[in-house]
Amino acid sequence: MIEFFQQLTNGLALGSILALVALGYTMVYGILRFINFAHGDLFMLGAFAGYYVAPWLARALPLPSVSGALVVLAVSMLFCAIIGLLIERFAYRPLRNQPRLTMLITAIGVSLFLENGGQWLLGAAPKRFPLLLPAWGQWKIAGLTMNSNQCVVILVTTLMLLALRFIVLNTRMGRAMRAVACNPDAAALMGVDTNRVIAFTFALGSALAAAAGVLFAINYPSIDPLMGILPGLKAFVAAVLGGIGNLPGAALGGLIIGITETMVAGYISSTYKDAIAFAVLIIILLVRPSGLLGKRENDKV
Amino acid sequence: MNIVHAKTWLVGTMFFGALACFWGGHLAPYPLFVVCNIGISIVMAVSLNLINGHTGQFSLGHAGFMAVGAYVSAVITNHYNESGPVLAGLEFAAALLAGGFAAAVAGLLVGIPTLRLRGDYLAIVTLGFGEIIRVILQNMDAVGGARGLSVIHGYTNLFWCFALAAITVYVVAGLVQSTYGRGFIAVRDDEIAASAMGISPTRYKVTAFVVGAFFAGLAGGLYAHSTQFLTPNGFGFMTSITYVVMVILGGMGNTAGVILAAILLTLLPEGLRMAADVERLPGVATLRPLAWLVNTRMILYSLLLIILMLTRPQGLFSFRRHPEKPSLL
Repeated sequence: MIEFFQQLTNGLALGSILALVALGYTMVYGILRFINFAHGDLFMLGAFAGYYVAPWLARALPLPSVSGALVVLAVSMLFCAIIGLLIERFAYRPLRNQPRLTMLITAIGVSLFLENGGQWLLGAAPKRFPLLLPAWGQWKIAGLTMNSNQCVVILVTTLMLLALRFIVLNTRMGRAMRAVACNPDAAALMGVDTNRVIAFTFALGSALAAAAGVLFAINYPSIDPLMGILPGLKAFVAAVLGGIGNLPGAALGGLIIGITETMVAGYISSTYKDAIAFAVLIIILLVRPSGLLGKRENDKV
Repeated sequence: MNIVHAKTWLVGTMFFGALACFWGGHLAPYPLFVVCNIGISIVMAVSLNLINGHTGQFSLGHAGFMAVGAYVSAVITNHYNESGPVLAGLEFAAALLAGGFAAAVAGLLVGIPTLRLRGDYLAIVTLGFGEIIRVILQNMDAVGGARGLSVIHGYTNLFWCFALAAITVYVVAGLVQSTYGRGFIAVRDDEIAASAMGISPTRYKVTAFVVGAFFAGLAGGLYAHSTQFLTPNGFGFMTSITYVVMVILGGMGNTAGVILAAILLTLLPEGLRMAADVERLPGVATLRPLAWLVNTRMILYSLLLIILMLTRPQGLFSFRRHPEKPSLL
């Protein structure tokens, strides 16, 4: 039983990271109805931004420390938000009125560009991510071993989800986002600057991906330019699982994928864990074709 | 393209393939390999075009079907050891067919969820199937698992590549142009209207997946006996994407365009590699600046992809004034 809860804790930490990435997918999908395949690579860029900022920052701030880690997190989120804005402006906006498939292929092109450009510029060999947080060590609670890093991941993710919820539900920009997601043309007619809203959504999603990248690197401190592919794919699965376009759905999907994966790796076989995420997805989609929390779209004749 | 015309093309290409194969011995192995890859890409892209372009079912798992065909045919030819060109040829044909049928069964399995899913959901499920096939292969010790599988016989030559590419084009184009095949396009254009006219979308979607997967399986067999080494990771998500890009750049549902895109996109990375290698030829040592292409050719490939999509979003080879908007995704 202890082992089960142990796996559950590990899964929760992994699932939180996936949930953060999945939120970016689902937000962009909700507004543009298009899968931003380059999102997983922003996750990678986030981790690399942290990698390069940390030594530079260490001169001004004591590292490892909580405040230093927060600053690294903020800087890397800001960096990825800017990259996300640039990608949206130059790669996706000119294609806004084309079939969505065109944007999808462009997104794949951007993703390949970031991966190969990263390998060329940053080097293909894995790098060791610096220590950002002081090692408080491990706690034993009723037989459960909990790593301080895992607690930080879960805590930061929860805070970010709450912040995102606040932005989407309680701010002017959030209302505009929901309006554009509901009907872009009508929103534009009501005076919503759709371009600004879409750019903001990209920036927000990219910042979340960057945060996920840094959190991932804190937990698994080996980073390389291709590290975003698999988490990106799984986060995408998570977004679809929860019902793509639905924010709580993405968070739920991320947790389900993370927990299932650690359970399978722990109890069955770690070599099958990559397939299990997809198997779960297929089974759930066969029962609920628009995801767990997704709205069923009716066909209009 | 009327049917007599098409048959002439079919026979002509096969004859050309046989001739090319006869003279192919004079070609260096590397260009030969590239030309074979072009044939394989055409089979893959044209069969994917049936699913994505003509039927409008967005599939991201075509490499999975290719993997099934590659492994099944490789296991068969590794098991038997025929001598003599005729017997070996028959054995290869049988192995290819077996691979194709195995892939078609996989296509049937993937086709079934399409009854309930559409658009992005279908895309992610086909992607998932492709990944599941890859992971299963990785865990199968009988075919080498993650270590990979050596294929003993290098049966693939120019004749097989050309002939199979010609047959694929002929069958897919003939199928879509036929009275029966109009249903694929009807399902793509408007599923509800199609079913109101008495066309069963389910049947057409599953047929598209089965036929597409069959040819992908054949292409996998060709690939296996051309590279003579298979690893599950060679059939990942990125491989599927490569073929999707060919279909979209060629213009969805435009067979000639897809063939051209398959040729172009197979040559492009190789061409960049060759351009980078030029300096190693005797006498042209002055071309040293091209050396940077070795490291940056994949970056150039991705940049070209973005630029092509931005400048010709309707596909590279679509010249109709009002390009049809595929109602996918």
